[in-house]
Amino acid sequence: MRSVLTALGIIIGVGAVIAMGSIGNGAKAQVEAQIASLGQNVILIFAGSSSPSGLHSGWGGAGTLKVEDADAMKREIAQVTMISPEVRAFSQVIAGNQNWYTSIMGESADYFDLRQWPLVEGSAFTEQDVRSANKVCVIGKTITVQLFGEESPLGQVIRIKNVPFTIVGVLAAKGLSVMGTDQDDTIVMPYSSNMKRVSGVTTLRAITVQVGEARDLAIAQQQIVNLLRQRHNIRPGKDDDFTVRNQEEITAMATATTKVMTGLLFWISVVSLVVGGIGIMNIMLVSVTERTREIGIRMAVGAHGRDILLQFLIEALALSLMGGVTGILCGIGTSKILSSVKGWPSQVSVDSVVIAFGCSAAVGIFFGFYPARKASQLDPIEALRYE
Amino acid sequence: MNAVVKLEDIHKTYHTGEVDVHAVRGVSLEIQRGEFVAFMGSSGSGKSTLMNLLGCLDRPTRGRYFLDGVDVSGLSRERLADIRNGKLGFVFQSFNLLSRTSALENVELPLLYGSRHYSSAELRERARRVLEVVGLGKRGDHHPSQLSGGQQQRVAIARALINEPEVLLADEPTGNLDSRTSVEIMGVFQKLNEEGITVIMVTHELDIAAYSKRNVIMRDGSILTDTPVLSRLNAVAELARLDAAQKEVQLA
Repeated sequence: MRSVLTALGIIIGVGAVIAMGSIGNGAKAQVEAQIASLGQNVILIFAGSSSPSGLHSGWGGAGTLKVEDADAMKREIAQVTMISPEVRAFSQVIAGNQNWYTSIMGESADYFDLRQWPLVEGSAFTEQDVRSANKVCVIGKTITVQLFGEESPLGQVIRIKNVPFTIVGVLAAKGLSVMGTDQDDTIVMPYSSNMKRVSGVTTLRAITVQVGEARDLAIAQQQIVNLLRQRHNIRPGKDDDFTVRNQEEITAMATATTKVMTGLLFWISVVSLVVGGIGIMNIMLVSVTERTREIGIRMAVGAHGRDILLQFLIEALALSLMGGVTGILCGIGTSKILSSVKGWPSQVSVDSVVIAFGCSAAVGIFFGFYPARKASQLDPIEALRYE
Repeated sequence: MNAVVKLEDIHKTYHTGEVDVHAVRGVSLEIQRGEFVAFMGSSGSGKSTLMNLLGCLDRPTRGRYFLDGVDVSGLSRERLADIRNGKLGFVFQSFNLLSRTSALENVELPLLYGSRHYSSAELRERARRVLEVVGLGKRGDHHPSQLSGGQQQRVAIARALINEPEVLLADEPTGNLDSRTSVEIMGVFQKLNEEGITVIMVTHELDIAAYSKRNVIMRDGSILTDTPVLSRLNAVAELARLDAAQKEVQLA
C-alpha cells in the first residue's frame, strides 16, 4: 500500500506523458496527412512578392509569372517531373436552376497526379484540352452536392460567366486544408481555358512543381530561382519578384505548434518525475531507518557496504519501474478512452514508452542513491543496537 | 602454541561529546584454539566493547589484534566485513534474525555475502545441515515468529556456524531465555566446543559462565581475574537433573 502511494507520483507523471504524447502524436499525424494532401516533393512558386514600384502585394498579386516561365522550367530543369501553372478566379456558377459562388482554378493536366487527387467519376481533362483551351472542367465534391444533389454531374453543363463548360470528372472528397478551408469547394479547368474564357488574366498566380526525388528539392528550388531571376531580368542584389516555398517549409510551419506542445509536455514530465523521485527518496529513507537493525545484522554476518547499497538501489529501482510500467499502462488506457470518447486521434509511440520506462529507471537510481548510500555507511554496532 | 585470538595492549576510547570514555584500557589476552571462554563483569566494565572488538565490528583505538595469526586491527571496513563473514560467527542476546524470511534463509544469509558463490540447491543443503547440527532439522521453513526463543537462538547459532568459523562469538546468548532453555543452549555450545570450535561468550550470569572452561572477569575496562573453571557444569547432566527434579515435583 505504502509503495503504491509512493509510486503514484511516477505513475501519474508517466501516465500523463504517455497519454498526452499519444494524443499529440495523433494530432501531428493528422496535420502531416493534411500536408501530404498537397502532394509529394512539391515546390510552390507564387508570383510577385514585390512589384517594380516598390508596392508589396500579396502572393500571386503582382502578375510576374507567365505560362512561358512554367514551360521554361519544364524544359530546362531536369529534376522537374510534373508542373502545373495556376490561375484562380472567383465567380458565380450556374447549373440548371441552381447557383453557387466558388473558386475556379486553372491548372494543367498534371495537376491531379501532382496533388495526388483522384477522381471518383469520369476522367481528368487532357493536355489536348489545355492546348485547345476547351470548355471542360472537373468539379469538387462540394460543388456536386450544391448544384446537382444526388444526380450525376457527368456530362452536364455548368455556366461560368455565361460560358458553358462540360463536366468531365468529379474529384474525390479531400476535406479541409491545413488552413481550414474546404478544398472540395472548387472547379478545376485547363489554365488556358480559365485565362481565355473566365478570368481574362494573362499572368499566373502560382506554379506548382513536383520533383522526382525528395533529395533533389533543394537543388531544384535553387535552379528555379536562378531561372526565374534570369528570365525576369533581375539584377544581382535586387529582390525576387516571386516567392518559392517547398513542402518542407510548409510542414515546418504547420508542426511549429506541435513542437511548442511537445516542449510543454517535456517540462510537465520532468516536473512530475522529479516529484515522483522525491517521493521515492522519502520512502527509501523511511525504509532505511525502519530496517536499520536488518542492515546491522547483514553487516555483522559479512555484508559489504556495496552489498547494502545495491540492495536498496534495487528496491528503489523496482519501486520506480513498477510506477513506470503502471504509468505506461494508465497512459495508454487514458489515450484510448479519450480517443474513443472524444474522437481525438491518438497514436501510442514505442519511443515514448521506451523513454518513459528509461526515465523512471533513471529516477529510481538517482533518487534511490542517497538513501542507499546512507544505509551502506551505517555503523554495524549502532545499527545492531537500534530499536 | 598458535593462539587463535591474541590481543596486545588493546585500548578503545569513545569520543562522545566533551568527555572521552575509556571503555577498554590495555587488555592483553591470548585464546587458544578449542577454548571456551566466558567474559564476565558488571555493565560498563568494557566486556561488550571488547566483544565488538573481538568481533571485528569495531577497531581498537590503540593496540594490536591478531585473529588466526593475521593483524586485523588496522583493516578497512570492507576487509573487516570479509573477516566477519569467513572467520567469525555471531550469536546475539536478541537473536537478530530477519523476521520476514524463513529459518533456512536466515541461516543462508552469510553465504550470500561470502567470496564463494553457491547455487540455491547448495545453499539449501548447507543450511539444512547446520540446522540439524543445532537440532532444528525439521523447522527450516518456519519464520522466526513461529519459533520459540530457544529455537530462534538455535537458528542464530546455525547462522553463525554456516561458514565454519574459527571463533564463535556469543553476546549474552541466554539473556532472553528461561533457565532451562539457557541450559539447552549451553549444551549446544559445549557440544560444538567438543568438536573443536573456539567459543567466546559474554555473560553476567555466574551459573552460565560455569559451563565454560575459562572465566575472564573485567572491571573498568581491564581484566580483573582470568581463571580456569574448576567445577565445570555439564549441560547434559544438568538437563537430566532438571528433568528428574521436575518429575519429582509432579509426583509429589
